[in-house]
Amino acid sequence: MLVFIIRRSLQSIVVLLVMSVLVFVGVYAIGNPIDILISPQADQIDRERAIAALGLDKPLWAQYWSFLRGVAQGDLGRSFVHSTSALKLILERMPATMELALTAMLIAIVIGIPLGLWAGLRPNGVAGRSIMAGSILGFSLPTFWVGLMLIMVFSVMLGWLPSNGRGETTLLLGIPVSFLTVDGLKHLVMPATNLALFNVALLIRLTRAGAHEALLQDYVKFARAKGLPNRRVIGVHVLRNILIPIVTVIGLQFGFLIGFAIVTESVFAWPGMGKLLIDSIGVLDRPVIVAYLLVIVTIVIVINLLVDVLYSALDPRIRLTEAKG
Amino acid sequence: MAAASAGDTPFRRIVADFVANPVAIFGLALLGIVLFLALFAPLISPQNPYDLAQLDVMDSRLPPGSPSPNGGTFWLGTDDQGRDMLSAIFYGLRISLGVGIASTVLALAIGLAMGLTAAYVGGRVENLIMRIVDIQLSFPAILIALILIAVLGQGTGKVIAALVTVQWAYYARTVRSAALVEKRKEYIEAAHCLALSPSRIVFRHLLPNCLPPMIVVATVQVAAAIALEATLSFLGLGLPITEPSLGLLIANGYQYLLSGKYWISFFPGIALLCTIVSINLVADQLRDVLNPRLQK
Repeated sequence: MLVFIIRRSLQSIVVLLVMSVLVFVGVYAIGNPIDILISPQADQIDRERAIAALGLDKPLWAQYWSFLRGVAQGDLGRSFVHSTSALKLILERMPATMELALTAMLIAIVIGIPLGLWAGLRPNGVAGRSIMAGSILGFSLPTFWVGLMLIMVFSVMLGWLPSNGRGETTLLLGIPVSFLTVDGLKHLVMPATNLALFNVALLIRLTRAGAHEALLQDYVKFARAKGLPNRRVIGVHVLRNILIPIVTVIGLQFGFLIGFAIVTESVFAWPGMGKLLIDSIGVLDRPVIVAYLLVIVTIVIVINLLVDVLYSALDPRIRLTEAKG
Repeated sequence: MAAASAGDTPFRRIVADFVANPVAIFGLALLGIVLFLALFAPLISPQNPYDLAQLDVMDSRLPPGSPSPNGGTFWLGTDDQGRDMLSAIFYGLRISLGVGIASTVLALAIGLAMGLTAAYVGGRVENLIMRIVDIQLSFPAILIALILIAVLGQGTGKVIAALVTVQWAYYARTVRSAALVEKRKEYIEAAHCLALSPSRIVFRHLLPNCLPPMIVVATVQVAAAIALEATLSFLGLGLPITEPSLGLLIANGYQYLLSGKYWISFFPGIALLCTIVSINLVADQLRDVLNPRLQK
């Protein structure tokens, strides 16, 4: 187990390094931020001074080297636009994105698993078929358009919910959160539902397939033969056995939720990391783009590692040392 | 391909199985309508939405059903430039479908080549290719596409390049697992014994037998590519504004949504939804029909 974690961590560092080179070279090939940052009226001397101040006069490899040296000290560069640490900017925005993604995942679990179980237990019933048809719709609906339609219905037509921002936040352990105030909750509910939609559909399908298969197994027939009540057969015997793939997917999807939050945050003007990325791409704020990507890559890698470890804890048959990792 | 070369019966059976599900028929019919509208957009549109001479700013943001100056009706209203939404949607469908299909075909070709190489050659080559696939698939597609667009810049070709980069890994993974199973079967062994060239074995023997799962994945991925392109365009990082795809049409209506002018975003979204749903319904049935485990 320990060997596995150490080997995976080493691999992760290699992936991070390779990604950082790719991203660095790629991002530094786009446009010239000087054109955007300096007014066209600036004279040549001003221009050169600004270029030197941002370190853009050095060759690419030298820029990368100083970037890497900075990373080793926890410094991912300074934003061209905000003139503060890029990492600090991202960490300031991270709680908003995390709150959104966690709420979305919670909604997906609370809605998706029971509906999937229902559809799996009665695959040929009207409800089961409708749930499955609904899940195809959930896969097909483009997230950003659903967001717009939610705003149209609940903000414009009904006027129930606000269409943008985080609302009133309170501090929880020093981190600003929305879900503890009524105003914040009102702001949170639409974006979170929007982001959850795809995962609701995914969890429905996964749970249904698992339940459908588990019901045919001998251990379920045996449990029934023992005369156990239906609730116990479903709640304990079936659910526990189908939980392993579900937990895996929930874990892996969390990284995707953070990535997809870019879209939801743009629609609902939610002040998270994804909104920051889109804004930064617009103004070619290279350090922020690079820092965002490295943070996201790190998050995804850590989640994948945690899922693998959790996987072996849930199912003792899986030995991590055997996995090629 | 595989079915036709083996005689007409398997093909007929697949068609019969497909037709057995009314939902799949509905999907296929819907897809047919969407394809028809996209193909014949220039012939059936009331207006050429790209011809600025035909647009009049005086007609901008008219609600659905308003009369148009040349005696017709703006059935779905007009956008902020006085463009007939119905025509804009027909043309937008054309672009969205075109980009989706083009990127899928390219990604399929690359993915097939990489996956087959990995399965057939094995060893270090396989390890390298599959590791790249694993790493790529562990990141959200939207993120990879966004970064590529940010790096490459905007434009139709660049959007297709980004979509291909995002998608090829799905095909590589699927075809590799199919090829690994097929590779161990007797007919491949027989082909080896006949001293056929590796390229002949891979392309004439291995490839056709790996195609069924690929068809399913490719169908799903066309829908995914269309959705992803629409998302990129919505974020303002996709196709050029001169020839708007459905995503860009929706984005254009975003600012008017809050003042109750819903139709500029609503109808292109419905068109996008119909396209994606119809493709997914067809793919769902194809998955069941082509799945050898479900056959008697």
